[in-house]
Amino acid sequence: MIQVRQITKRFGDHLVLDGVSFDVPAGESVAIVGRSGVGKSVLLKHLIGLVQPDEGQVLVGGENLGAMSERQLLRVRRRFGMLFQGGALLDSMTVAENIAFPLRGREAHDDASTQRRIAEVLELVELPGIEQKLPSQLSGGMQKRVALARAIVHRPEIVLYDEPTTGLDPVVADSIDQLMMRVCERLNVTSIVVTHDMRTARRLGRRILMMKAGRIYLDDTAEHVFMSLDPVVRRFVDGVADLKEVEFP
Amino acid sequence: MHGEGTGILTQLTLGLGRFSLMGAEVVRSLCTVRPSLRDIIAQMYFIGVKSQGVVAITGAFAGMVLCAQTYYQFERLTVGSASLAVVSAAMCSELGPVLAGLMVAGRVGAAITAQIGTMRVTEQIDALRTMATHPVDYLVVPRVVAGVLVMPMLTSMVVAIGIAAAYLLGVGLLGMDSAYSLKHAQFYSEPFDVFAGLVKSVFFGGIITAIGCYKGIHCRGGAEGVGRATNEAVVQSCVTILIVNFFLTLILRQFR
Ligand SMILES: Nc1ncnc2c1ncn2[C@@H]1O[C@H](COP(=O)(O)OP(=O)(O)O)[C@@H](O)[C@H]1O
Ligand SMILES: [Mg+2]
Repeated sequence: MIQVRQITKRFGDHLVLDGVSFDVPAGESVAIVGRSGVGKSVLLKHLIGLVQPDEGQVLVGGENLGAMSERQLLRVRRRFGMLFQGGALLDSMTVAENIAFPLRGREAHDDASTQRRIAEVLELVELPGIEQKLPSQLSGGMQKRVALARAIVHRPEIVLYDEPTTGLDPVVADSIDQLMMRVCERLNVTSIVVTHDMRTARRLGRRILMMKAGRIYLDDTAEHVFMSLDPVVRRFVDGVADLKEVEFP
Repeated sequence: MHGEGTGILTQLTLGLGRFSLMGAEVVRSLCTVRPSLRDIIAQMYFIGVKSQGVVAITGAFAGMVLCAQTYYQFERLTVGSASLAVVSAAMCSELGPVLAGLMVAGRVGAAITAQIGTMRVTEQIDALRTMATHPVDYLVVPRVVAGVLVMPMLTSMVVAIGIAAAYLLGVGLLGMDSAYSLKHAQFYSEPFDVFAGLVKSVFFGGIITAIGCYKGIHCRGGAEGVGRATNEAVVQSCVTILIVNFFLTLILRQFR
């Protein structure tokens, strides 16, 4: 479904991605983990063509995103749903208008069925009845859940989640995990979740990609990652800081 | 493609190139995608209706001060009643469009850049793109179309209010002769002046909204970046209006 071929990306002279390659077959769910600032969000944006690589290719269903204009990309993006790290709700619109946005210009959605659909997904993220609120009237966690509703309302084939549970309280984080698992289990949904929450990674990703210094450091099944004896992986999984780094000079 | 080049010339070329690409995208969008009437009307309301107050005040005081100053000078030559003709000719072809343009640049250009720039730094524009919506279709086209439609109306308003205020001041306070003033004003301001002013205002509407959108879409670096972009949008719109006005005056003269 998604093939990433040796992509490199630099911003100025900061090399963020340095030859990243991996494949995600249709229907699989993959977790991308790594320390913050390692380039997870940048990588995720490459998969949907928001950022173009300096070298290398991203193929979605066999189509090379690098060879397409922004208008051609719009067609490919209809297959995606994406949850941004900061939610990225359109702040001039109500919750209902935000969630209805991906349905614009799709096969005749009459008003009543759109309203029903909005109520349905809001129920799913456990925020019923907030249709008429503005994003600025919601807490950060609520915004993120509305953004999640918006990412899945049009039943996309591929869903990209950027840190879906970061900054949420443990109970809500758990319900988001479960919700994402439910979405994944629906037939043929390919999910890619970026996270540094190992619990989310374990529950969602049958396969875990770990990034380090602009490369894929490890690409393995969740069981193997959690049993790994590699010190770098171990430190990350256990959440232990490298003492050399925290030592006071 | 990152604008991190240091040379001023590089920056300028890069900016002009990106601006032209956005312009081309607007044209392509107008030809291929049906713009949303609802969005255009909302923008016309924001750009037009909401600017009426500031534009009316500008027109009135510019008209009055021009009338008073002209009258003081002309009165020494005993042609005081020709003052209104000066006001009317200047208002129609130069002052009206330029004043309306500068005021709208300050009010609307800044607001457009701040809004779109904030959307940019909070990833709302990226979110639009993931939802299969081209930012130019959704954000730029309605604003530019509304600007082009609304500016001639605002300019007409500046011109009309300016001349009316000048007339009231001249006849009511300065003691100009009403009949002569009106006669001269009509004689010396031709339909062509009105036409030239309106043509200019169409350009200015496009300039203000396009620069505002461009600065917003390409803004970077958080709240500070939005502030800088807003500042640049206003300054560059104003300067561009004055420069384009000069060349349009020369060019339109050829069609007389
Ligand atoms: N548009 C951009 N311009 C310049 N640098 C960027 C840009 N986007 C990301 N970066 C840099 O890329 C690196 C990786 O960022 P990101 O992918 O957001 O990290 P994370 O893994 O925490 O999601 C960071 O060092 C960041 O400064
Ligand atoms: Mg990130």
